[in-house]
Amino acid sequence: MIRLSIQARQALARLTLPVLIVASFAVMLLGKADVLLAERARTALADGLAPIYAVLAPPLGRFHDTVTEVVSLWDMREENARLRDENEKLRRWQTIALALDAENQRLKASLRWIPDPEASFVTARVVADAGGVYAKAVLLSVGPNHGIRKGEIAVDERGLVGRVTEVGARTARVLLITDLNSRIPVTLETSRAHAILIGTNGARPRLLYWPEGVVPQEGERIVTSAEANAFPANLPIGSVHYTGAGAPEVEPAAMLQKLEVVRVFDYGLTGVTAPEPAARPTPGRH
Amino acid sequence: MAYIDRRPGIRPRPTLGRHLDIAARAGFPACITILLMLLTQAPLGLAGQAALLPAVAFISVWFWSLFRPESFPPPFVFMIGVLLDLLGYLPPGAGVFTLLAVQSVALALRRDLASGGFARVWLVFGMVACAASVVIWLLAMLLDVRLLPPQAAMLMAVLSVAIYPVLAVPFASAHRSVANPEDA
Repeated sequence: MIRLSIQARQALARLTLPVLIVASFAVMLLGKADVLLAERARTALADGLAPIYAVLAPPLGRFHDTVTEVVSLWDMREENARLRDENEKLRRWQTIALALDAENQRLKASLRWIPDPEASFVTARVVADAGGVYAKAVLLSVGPNHGIRKGEIAVDERGLVGRVTEVGARTARVLLITDLNSRIPVTLETSRAHAILIGTNGARPRLLYWPEGVVPQEGERIVTSAEANAFPANLPIGSVHYTGAGAPEVEPAAMLQKLEVVRVFDYGLTGVTAPEPAARPTPGRH
Repeated sequence: MAYIDRRPGIRPRPTLGRHLDIAARAGFPACITILLMLLTQAPLGLAGQAALLPAVAFISVWFWSLFRPESFPPPFVFMIGVLLDLLGYLPPGAGVFTLLAVQSVALALRRDLASGGFARVWLVFGMVACAASVVIWLLAMLLDVRLLPPQAAMLMAVLSVAIYPVLAVPFASAHRSVANPEDA
């Protein structure tokens, strides 16, 4: 170690903080100049941490389940009655749905309908929130050789969750439909009018740009549209809900607040995927 | 981080175990900060969990810069700033700058606050946390060139102030006991 006089050492110690603050501006410039650098560092960090979070997830999940169970024990009677009602209603809907499905098949057969290609999917556990304060995203823990690519579509058992935006060696980041940067072409189910679903970082994304002469109805179902070749048609997203100010928002069908397991579908769509740098192919796909 | 013992008197023999003991006590603030930051990212399923990460970072930097700056040098603050940016999906540099600013305020006010009571330190931290949340918000907007709703910044500030005692009280007792190099 170099021996310095006490004065010199004190001066150096006093200089460290200003020098580092200048360095933080350099980091900002570097982050602006090379956007991929931060993304790669994040993916590498997430790859390293995901196994730890994956180990933590089941016990934490069990703890949550126990708490919910204790709470639900209190109002079991009421819940039972409600479920019996709901079951009856659903059984009526089931007969209608089966009849419609049979009719649909018959009509398709007489039209010589070309069936949509079957999509392959993988199921992955959500291990962490990957959004921070200013984004809405989740981190999926996927094994090595997972085959997930950017732009694939994440769905839970109820509806659309989001799109894969970053892929690491054993993690994938899914940008939720509620994120500020999320723009999704959608179809209003009854009027078949197109619109755009715009995330706001809030719980309910906004509905914008529907054609003149059509008004989204309260409770109307919203599904994806195949426009722009980013999503397959007719994935359920949610239902329209008007705010107090009269702006239509969409209540997501997916349980975005407590995602545990999602399925990631590969529909082979490349509509809006950001171009990959040629030197570095997406890991995991061979 | 190097702890230099300047007290007069007779010392136990500087064996390897004793060196390790001193190093562990001196490194305690840094290790506990990184551990807590990683823990805030675990799947806890809390509402508003994302705001916990910057809150924990603010509190750690504030507390240890005030009470144990020799264990929390500026280069380490720079490092946890980078960790905050990466884990918290902030634009690179925003967290680094904000944490260094929090530390410079803490070091400047050190003489006044070290003798003051807990409530006074908490009150001043409240103001610093609000300012830091606004700085992160402004930097995030500036560096990403887009408008962001201010609710997240407010949540960050409120959460920082609210959980300050939850972290500062155990920190203070650790500062006096397990993390105290003079006890080695």
